[in-house]
Amino acid sequence: MTERVATTLGLYPLPDWAKDELSDLKGHQRADLVDGSEGPDVRAAYERVREDLITDQREAGLDRIVEGQGRWDDWLAHPLAVHDSVETGGIVRYYDNNNFYRDPRVVDDLTVDGDVAAELDAATGLLNEGESLQAVLPGPYTLAELATDEHYGDDAEFLAAIAEFLAAEVEALPPHETLFLLDPSLVTDPPEGETNERVSDAVDTVASATDADVVFQSYWGAHEEKTYAHLMDADVDAFGFDFVAGNRETHLYNVNEYGTKGDISLGLVDGQNTAVEDPGTVAERIDWVTEQIPDQTFDTVYATPNTELAYLPVSTYKQKLSVLAEAVETPEVSA
Amino acid sequence: MARDAQNREQFRPEDHESEHFLLTSVVGSYPKPTWLNRADDLVEDPESSFDEADLEEAHDDACRLITEEHERSGLDTVVDGEMRRNEMVEFFAERIDGYEFNGPIKVWGHNYFDKPSVVEEVSYDEPWLVDEFEFTDSVAERPVKVPITGPYTLANWAFDEHYGDSEALAYDLADLVNEEIEKLVEAGARYIQIDEPALATTPDDHAIVGGCLERIADGVPEDVRIGLHVCYGDYSRIYPELNEFPVDEVDLELCNGDYEQIETFADGEFAPDLALGVVDAHTAEVESVAEIKENIQQGLKVVPPEKLTISPDCGLKLLPREAAYGKTENLVEAAREVEAELDAGEIDVPVRDAAPADD
Repeated sequence: MTERVATTLGLYPLPDWAKDELSDLKGHQRADLVDGSEGPDVRAAYERVREDLITDQREAGLDRIVEGQGRWDDWLAHPLAVHDSVETGGIVRYYDNNNFYRDPRVVDDLTVDGDVAAELDAATGLLNEGESLQAVLPGPYTLAELATDEHYGDDAEFLAAIAEFLAAEVEALPPHETLFLLDPSLVTDPPEGETNERVSDAVDTVASATDADVVFQSYWGAHEEKTYAHLMDADVDAFGFDFVAGNRETHLYNVNEYGTKGDISLGLVDGQNTAVEDPGTVAERIDWVTEQIPDQTFDTVYATPNTELAYLPVSTYKQKLSVLAEAVETPEVSA
Repeated sequence: MARDAQNREQFRPEDHESEHFLLTSVVGSYPKPTWLNRADDLVEDPESSFDEADLEEAHDDACRLITEEHERSGLDTVVDGEMRRNEMVEFFAERIDGYEFNGPIKVWGHNYFDKPSVVEEVSYDEPWLVDEFEFTDSVAERPVKVPITGPYTLANWAFDEHYGDSEALAYDLADLVNEEIEKLVEAGARYIQIDEPALATTPDDHAIVGGCLERIADGVPEDVRIGLHVCYGDYSRIYPELNEFPVDEVDLELCNGDYEQIETFADGEFAPDLALGVVDAHTAEVESVAEIKENIQQGLKVVPPEKLTISPDCGLKLLPREAAYGKTENLVEAAREVEAELDAGEIDVPVRDAAPADD
C-alpha cells in the first residue's frame, strides 16, 4: 500500500504583518538583509513568524511540518549568506524570476555553521505530539551554482566543500522525519561531462549525514538523461519532479529508462501562480503519474508544490497548503 | 523596421542656442515629496477627515511641482514624475479589466509589490492616463512625455490564471495600449514611451516584444514619437533584433554598467534613435557635468548627434530628491555644452567612421 504524504518545499511567504514589521525593523537596502547577527527585536519577530507558518501547516493538515524559512532573505543561497566565510556582494537575479538575492562570495573555508539547525531546534519546540518535522536545504550543486568561489579556486573542490558544509549542517539538525534537498540548478543549468558524477557524489555526501528519508527535488525543468543516470547512484530515498513547469514526457522517460528510487515526490501544485488547483484534480494527477510508471510500486508518494511558495501572496499560499492536504486524502480512483 | 524618427525636431525649443540638438528627457518616475507619501497614508486612515478629493488636490500639487522642477532643470521634454502612480504594474492593473489583487509578494529583501493576477480576458474600460496627461500638459510649458508600462511587462509581472499563454496575454494587452495611445494622441500627446523592464529578465522573448510593438504602433501618426525603455539586462541578447522594432527611439540603461555594453551597439547600424542613460539611477552621488559629457560621447559611438537623446539610466524615484534634481540639471548642462562643442567641431563622432559605406 502506497502512503501518500502531503508536504511542501518550504520557503514560505512572510505573513503580511511581518512584511511590514520586519521592513520597519530591518530596512530596505542590501545591507539590511539577514546575516546571522540579528538583534533581539528582529529575532522576536521571526519567532512569531515561525509560529504562524507552523500553524498554517497544522490548520491545512499537512503530513510534514517545515520551519517555513521566513529568515531566508536570500532564497536558497541563505545558508551561505549567513556564513562567516562568505561576503555578500551585489544583488543578482534568482533564476528567471523577478526576484533577487545577494551574491554569496565564498572567501574562506566553509566551516560548520549551525544556522539552519538553530531554526529547526526552535521549530521542534513548537511541534505537537505526533507531528513530523521536515528539514529543507539547497542541494549541493544549486548552492555552488548560486555562489561565487573566491577561495577554493577549483570547481570540483568547491562543489565537494559545499557538500561537506551541507553535510555538517545536516548532522547538526534535531531529529527530523524527512529532509528535502532542493536543486533547481541541476535542470536549469545542467552539469557537463564528469561534473555529473561529482554531483551525484556530492548529493550522496549530504544525504549520508542523516538517517531520515531524503528527497532530492529539482524544478523548472526536467533532468538531462546523463545527469539523471548519474543521480541514480546517489543514496537518497526519492527524487522529486516538477510536473507543472517541467516536461512530463522527459520525466517519465528518465524514470522508465533508468528506474527511480522506492519513493517519489511529485510537484503538482503551481508554486508560482495564484490559480488554485482543485484537490480532486491533484489526486487524479497523482494516480496518472503512478500509472505511467507501471514497473514500480512506491512505498511513499510525496505530493508537493513544484517550487518554493514565497512567490505567492499569503492568501493563495494558504489555499495551496489545503489543496495538498486534501488531495492526499482523496481515495485513489483506480485499484 | 524602426520608424522615421524625424519627429524629434518638434521638441527643439525655439530659443535653442546651438545648431546641434541633443534632445534631453527623463525616463519618468521621480522621488515623491514626503508630504505626498503622508497624504497617501492619510487617505487610508478612517479616523482622518482627509478624503479622496483632498488626495486628488495633493496629486495635482505634486504633479505641478515636479513638472516645474523638470522645466527649471532645463529639460526639453518633461514628465510629472509619475506622482499619481504607486507602482508601474499595479497602477495599470488597477485600470484594466481582467486583473485582481491578492496581496503583496516579495521581490527582494523587504521590497514587495502587489503582483496582480489576470483572471479573465483583459479589456479596456476607462482611459488610464488621459487625465494625467491633460493636467500635466496644461501646467507645462515644455512638451510632455507619457511613460506607459509595456504589455510584455504587464503580462509577465502578473500571475496568469486565464490565458495559460503569456504571448497571447501580451498581445491582448498591446491592443489595449494601442487604444490608450490613440486617446492620448487625440488629447495632444506627441511623445510616448513604452517601458519594458521585463524584457531584461527573458531577453529571448524579443520577438514577442516586437509583436507587441507592432500592435502598439499600429495607426499612430508619424509625428508622434514612440520610445521604448529597457534596463538592467544582457543587451547582446536583444541586439540587433531591436533594430526591427517599430519605434523611433530606444532608451537604454548603460551608465550603471560603466558603458561596458556600449560596444554591443557600436556597429554603425543602430536603427532607431538612441536615448542614452548618462546618470546612474541607483547611486545618490551626483555626477559632474564633465563626467556626464564623457558619458554622452559614449553615445556617439552608436548614433550621430541628430539621433541621440540624453536621459537618466532609469526612473529616479529611489533617489533623494536633491540628488534626482542635481543629476537632471547636470545632464541638461552637459548636453548643452556638448552641443556647443559639436557646433564648434571640437568633438569626434566615432559612429560616422563605423557606418557601413554602402549608401
